[in-house]
Order: sequence, then structure tokens, then C-alpha cells
Amino acid sequence: MNDSVLLAHGSGGKLSHELVERIFLPFLANAALNKLDDSAIFEASGRLAFTTDSYVVNPIFFPGGDIGRLAVCGTVNDLAMNGARPLHLSLSAIIEEGFLISELEQIVQSVKKATEEAEVSIIAGDTKVVDRGQADKLFLTTSGIGIIPPGVDISGANARAGDKVLLSGTIGDHGIAIMSQREGLRFSMTLESDCAPLNKLVSQMLQASSRVHCLRDPTRGGLATTLNELSQQSKVGIVVQETEIPVKEEVRAACELLGLDPLYVANEGKMVAIVDPADADKVLAKMKHHGYGRDAALIGEVTSQHPGKVVLKTKLGPSRIVDMLSGELLPRIC
Amino acid sequence: MKFIDEYQDSRLAKGLAYKIAQRSTKTITLMEFCGGHTHDLRRHGLRQLDPETVEMRSGPGCPVCVTATADLDRAIALAQLPDVIITTFGDMMRVPGSYSSLQQSKAEGADVRIVYSTTDAIELAKANPGKSVIFIGLGFETTAPTIAASILKARQERVENFHVLSLNKLTPPVMKTLLDSGEIKLDGIVCPGHVSVIIGSHPYEFIPREYRVACAISGFEPLDILLGIDKLVEQIEKGEPKVEIAYARGVKPEGNERARQLIEDVFEIAEANWRGIGTVPASGLKVRGKYEQFDADKAFPVNPKPPREVKGCRCGDVIRGSATPLECKLFRQVCTPESPVGPCMVSGEGACAANYQYGTTHNPHSV
Repeated sequence: MNDSVLLAHGSGGKLSHELVERIFLPFLANAALNKLDDSAIFEASGRLAFTTDSYVVNPIFFPGGDIGRLAVCGTVNDLAMNGARPLHLSLSAIIEEGFLISELEQIVQSVKKATEEAEVSIIAGDTKVVDRGQADKLFLTTSGIGIIPPGVDISGANARAGDKVLLSGTIGDHGIAIMSQREGLRFSMTLESDCAPLNKLVSQMLQASSRVHCLRDPTRGGLATTLNELSQQSKVGIVVQETEIPVKEEVRAACELLGLDPLYVANEGKMVAIVDPADADKVLAKMKHHGYGRDAALIGEVTSQHPGKVVLKTKLGPSRIVDMLSGELLPRIC
Repeated sequence: MKFIDEYQDSRLAKGLAYKIAQRSTKTITLMEFCGGHTHDLRRHGLRQLDPETVEMRSGPGCPVCVTATADLDRAIALAQLPDVIITTFGDMMRVPGSYSSLQQSKAEGADVRIVYSTTDAIELAKANPGKSVIFIGLGFETTAPTIAASILKARQERVENFHVLSLNKLTPPVMKTLLDSGEIKLDGIVCPGHVSVIIGSHPYEFIPREYRVACAISGFEPLDILLGIDKLVEQIEKGEPKVEIAYARGVKPEGNERARQLIEDVFEIAEANWRGIGTVPASGLKVRGKYEQFDADKAFPVNPKPPREVKGCRCGDVIRGSATPLECKLFRQVCTPESPVGPCMVSGEGACAANYQYGTTHNPHSV
């Protein structure tokens, strides 16, 4: 087989089949996928959740993960954030001509590992190859379908005054890990992306309490944007304590250096849970017990005051508004 | 690694705020010159810790904000030249010029890249020998030494396709212009910490001497800023204005001699055009003749159309401290971080952006 992906690998002919059979199938094999029919057929009943997301991360390999792991975790988490138990995913790859086969293989392996961890299967897929320069190395799209267990009703609109706001761990790890690798920054640090599937953590939380009202993963836009979304969707105010929000020392240092606020930096393995006050301790204990919720903390509460706005009690005592991220995160200049 | 917590200690901050409140009897107006201070005052909610007797005004210390529209138009015109790569610091991308912005030009095909240091711009020039890489030199005395060093490096390594558009500005001359104008009556100035690392405390001495205005050089952590305000209140209450360093771990009275020599070697002092203030003599830096091959002004003379200011935008007044962002009719109505009308809403150091982003709970969007 060639060392790199050729346009012919996307032609639909022999090389296309070879790519699928040699790179994708061996890792992702399952009954539905192996059939190689035009669509995958599976049984499901109950309330279903369905989502899709595209992944264009640069660089595609980063400390703590790669675009393959990200594509699985991202879609699994989107399902989990509605309380759904993820079942099946599809995976579409847009590959830039010249992309190394060995790197593609590495990424498919990583997809496999992540699907095993999340206990989901890839049952449909597609590959396209585009001319050099028409895509940046590799873009992935995953769609996912999941089942919502009976009685589970989780939505960003469900927060009520008095609810507690839980956060599953440290913020900003993914964004800073990626930025540390970008052209022009190159600072060396040991920080890894937090990229992880959260569905099992969610299912344990839902077993512990039937009064989890909202779940959301603070990805792009960071914690600040997620809290704003929830407060607007639920038409309530949210108050969080700066001192309770866990931030790794490396992330704080990098943010100081770059002039960023960790509240706006992306995460890929964290979630905000808004929970009835009576069950908050129970849910928090479950989170802390799970590997991906080890550093979970109660960071604030929901209030009927200032609906649609998020207020941060700063370390020094005063309060200020926390707005959504606007524009892109750009480092400041002096 | 602990290096922030000590300066954000809540107990110490409250103690210091209490001390300031005890000390302060006169109603006074202070200006925080630096946009970094403007931002940090609000980010940490420090305005709520200050007594009501102390009014704070934001000053012109936001490099992106004070860049004149005509200079910005020049940068945009450079971006539109063929075979040119513009390199700049992040905020500059989004500032609207008269007819376009760097971001807009980029979307239309110009090659504009954000860099994090001048070294990256030089590397980019080395990697693209067929193109000219122009670095937009922004900032005050803080960034000037590294820009000077980049020109020296380019000469030493014969990177002939590297150029600098120097829009760098100097702090003390514009302070003088503001004080001379008498537009707002100031009792004290929180002087910029990072600028003072380079220039030291001596260049501010004319301020207490000639204008009887108190000066305190302050760092950027909450305790640093409170300490600066405390020093100012003390000086004003005693009627003994002087220049005090409230940021001793960063600033020495004599500053950084080596950095100043770098600036001196590469740049000469020239007049500069400031948004909202106009032409200020001896307040800018121009690349010296001996380095003119690296001077974008010389290498790429451009002649953009006459600048056009947006009607109603009060960035100029905000920069001089004569208006607060809330006094601008466009603020939050038309001008937002998503579609900024003026630079003060774009820059992380701009007063409008800071006011927009960090309202307080008492009056969620005012400070």
C-alpha cells in the first residue's frame, strides 16, 4: 500500500476499497459495519437522541489525544449531555491528498480505543479525498444516536432557582494543551487535553439522582459561555464562586502569560451539572468517585435574580458579570 | 509554582481597601493610564472595594485604541499589496479602519497572520523568501525593545524581506499633553507597571513637580493595584505629590538600561498621531535611517484614502478619560464586542470592552 493518501483513494474504485478494508474495517469492525451496505441497520426503541459534529482541530495530534479521540468523545458527550446512553456513531473522513497512511491508521486506532471506552460502535462511515490545500490534513464528522432512559428529562431549560451548579473538574486543559502546540507558541508543558467520553460518568450520576436538571459540556467558549447558555435557556440567574472553580496551576500560568481567562478556554472532557439542592451532595460524591470527575466541585447556584446573567463572586469578594465569549480567543499584546 | 495567589489574597486585599477608605477624606479623581489596569480593576471587581471618595478614570494606555485611524488604514493598505504577509498582535485584527479592517482584508484574500512575538515574524520571513513580511509594531515602551531587537536580528541574519511598520508610542509625552489640556482635573495617576520596568520612575518626575499630580507605579495583580491607589491617596491627603514605586519587584528607579539602549539604537523619537488626542510631539518612535531597509514606511510607501471617523463613536473621548464608555450613545446599543465600532470595544485593554465584559451586580452593566 502507498505511504500517503492519493486522490485515487477517494475515487470509489479499488484504492477506495483498499483504504476502507485495510485501515478502517480492521479496527472498527462490527456486524453492522462489516456488511458494507449502503446504510446500517439496527434495533432501537424508546426515546432517541441524535446529534452530529465536525472536527477540524489543528494540530490533529496533541498532548492527551488526537482528532480521532476528539471526534468520538465530542459526539458521545453531546448525547450524554441530554441524558442519552450513546449506542452507535457514524464516522466521515475528509482527507487531504498526501496525508500519511500511517497517521491515518494511528487516528483510526485512536477512534477504536475511544469507542471501546465509551462502549459505542461505529456502524456507518464514509471517506473522501480532496486536493492538497482543499482541506487541512484531516477533517472528521461523527453523528451519534442514543437512547434516553425512561424518566430522564435533561435540558438546558430545566434549571430552577435554588439548584446547585456542579463542575466535573479543572477547566481550560484542552484549550491550553492545544495552544501550547500551535505555531508561534511552542511553550513546553506537561499539560494534556482532558478529552474524554463522559457517558459513563453521566449514567452513574443519573442513577444516583432523578433530579439532575441540566448537563452541558463546556467546549468551545469555555465555562463562561456554557453558564450563560444555561442561564438564558432556563431564564434564571447563575452565581458562581471564583475560588471554587478548579484550575490547574499550568493552565493559570499559561493564561496569565497569554492574557486569557480560563473561564473562556475550551474543555473536551468536562461537564456542568445543575442539580436539585437536595441531591447535590449525592451527585457530587458520585462524580468525585469517577476518574473523570475526580476534581469535581460545587461552584455555585441558580437564582431567580438577574435572569439570563451569570455573576462571578471574585476571589476578593466583589461580584462581576461573566459574559459569553465574543469573537475568538486572542492573546493580548502587552 | 506559586506566583499569583500571594497577590490575590482576599484578606490582604480587604485590609488594604479598609486602609484606603480610612485614609481617604477628599473626593479625588485618579487615572489608571494603562489598559491592563482598566481591565484588571474590573475583572477582580476592585472598583467595589474602593471608597466612594475615589473616582477612577481610564487613560490612553491601550496600544490598539490609541492607534490613529489613518495609521490603521496604512496597515490595511499594506495588507492589500501583492506578495506581502502582514504579521500583527491579535487585537489589531478586528479594529475597524475607515473602510475595512485587517480581518476583513484577510477574508478577502490578504495574508494576515497573528504572531505572538517578533521572532515568529522573522521566522516567517525566513520561511517565505519570495514574500515581504511586515510586522505592525504596536505598543508603548514595553514592546519597543523587542521590536528593536527584531530589526537588529533581521540585519544580523540578513533577513531582507522583514519590515516593521512602527506605530510605537511613548508614555510620558502623552501624559504631559493630557495634563496640559486641563480637560479633566486629575489628582493622581496610576502609572503603568510594565512600561516602567523599561523607563523606570524618573521620566514621571515632572508630573508632581510641574502639575502637583501624584504618581504611583503599580503592578497588575489586585494587591498591586490597591497598593498603588493607597500610595496615591496617601500622597494626596498629605498634599505631597511625588512618584512612588508600588511595584518594587518589577520596577527600579533607573529602569532597564539595556532595553532603552536597544530602543535608542534602532529608533529615533518622532511625533506621533494618537486617536482622540491628535499629533503629539516627541511621542512616537521612527526607525532610524541606518535601518531604513527594514522600515515598512520606506520600503512600501502607500497612500490610503483620507481617513473617515465613525459618527457618534466616542473612543477619542474615552481614551482621554473625558468620557466613560457609558456616556457613549453607541455603547452596547450599536457597538458590542461582536460588532465593534471603535477600537476601545475591540481590545482586551480597551475601556469599553472592559466595561462591557465585566459589569457589576449592583448595576450589571456599569462600573
